[in-house]
Amino acid sequence: MTASRQVVIVGSGPAGLTAAIYTARAQLLPLVIEGEPSSTSDQPGGQLMLTTEVENYPGFVDGIMGPELMGAFRAQAERFGAEYVSAKVSKVDLSTRPFRIWVGDPSAPEPAYETAGLVIATGARSLMLGLPGEERLIGHGVSTCATCDGFFFRDLDIAVVGGGDSAIEEALFLTRFARSVTLVHRRGELRASKVMQQRAFANPKLVFRWNSVVTEILGEAKVTGVVLRDTQTEAVSTLDVSGLFVAIGHEPNTGLFADQLELEAGGYIRTFGGTRTSVEGVFACGDVQDRTYQQAITAAGSGCMAALDVERWLESSAATHLMGAGRE
Amino acid sequence: MSDSIATLTDASFDEQVMASDVPVLVDFWAEWCGPCKMIAPLLEEIADERSGQLAVAKLNIDDNLEVTRRFDVMSIPTLILFKDGAPVSRIVGAKGKAQLLQEISEHL
Repeated sequence: MTASRQVVIVGSGPAGLTAAIYTARAQLLPLVIEGEPSSTSDQPGGQLMLTTEVENYPGFVDGIMGPELMGAFRAQAERFGAEYVSAKVSKVDLSTRPFRIWVGDPSAPEPAYETAGLVIATGARSLMLGLPGEERLIGHGVSTCATCDGFFFRDLDIAVVGGGDSAIEEALFLTRFARSVTLVHRRGELRASKVMQQRAFANPKLVFRWNSVVTEILGEAKVTGVVLRDTQTEAVSTLDVSGLFVAIGHEPNTGLFADQLELEAGGYIRTFGGTRTSVEGVFACGDVQDRTYQQAITAAGSGCMAALDVERWLESSAATHLMGAGRE
Repeated sequence: MSDSIATLTDASFDEQVMASDVPVLVDFWAEWCGPCKMIAPLLEEIADERSGQLAVAKLNIDDNLEVTRRFDVMSIPTLILFKDGAPVSRIVGAKGKAQLLQEISEHL
């Protein structure tokens, strides 16, 4: 049977849960479709569930663990009446009013939920290198989760690919276990914040391979090394490592909306004057619409904006008119 | 933790898993692993629902390195399904319940 809601929020990272706190306090009884367990950064709670210490979220003088922070967001929204369902959305239909949302079997005749207003906060997931063998060797030396897998590389040599804050954070975390960590970066300088850079350069276990890209992952049953190409000299070399951690950035989770909402280059949802999307009544917040900032605090801020936007829209005559039209 | 999930150690593994009459799904986990905590309640549900047909057991990798190394576990959560004393299926990384059931059910 299809359940009818005023507001459904898809996604449960900082953006989705902040939207849940605000819409719950506005007594809109939001339903949060929070996702399913995963190790690739699209799990309930979002990307912070796979991190350790968050040092730049305001209000926590000594930092806070990522999963703890997201647990607090979730409990806070629940306190004001937000409801959760642990499932992944499999299909949406934004062409009718109310909007229709499927979880589980996308070919089911009736959707699981109908909603007047929709907040999309599906975030972004880790990009992989796209090399042969990469998929096969996940769990056998290839990893996207340093906090999950670092332990297994005690006293071994490993490589981290990437140059942003996430890559440096992973590399520094991995130096607790590994004998050496080689950071492979395609540019000649880091994109990471200055404080992370200072820590990276001061760490004796961290080695840098600048202007280099991974062209091949070596190993049949488990990773034995990687082939690197120097982008300036074109020189090819082999680096013997037992582990390869990939932190080259993220791509927005917009597959569900590709043909129904206007997207920008890179697949991000296009927003207009705040969090409105190309379909009236659909709002987007967090990393799914932000190619620039991608911080927990900016995601939370835009989640608040989406909540206020959807609340005002529901109160407006436009919403009443559209919903009335849908029932004819 | 549910009563239906046994706790394994290096010492008890062979007796509890390799000599088991029913297939055993072993959850390699650790306290510090976030995704392991996400799937823990799903494994309890599976253990209750498939009771008699399937046993579910947990092995803490921090305390039981021997078995962890023996099966080359290099990422957690890893779930290995053992049948008649041999590993028949391996799931690496956290997954939803439907997907977990789909991957193990063909061996039951």
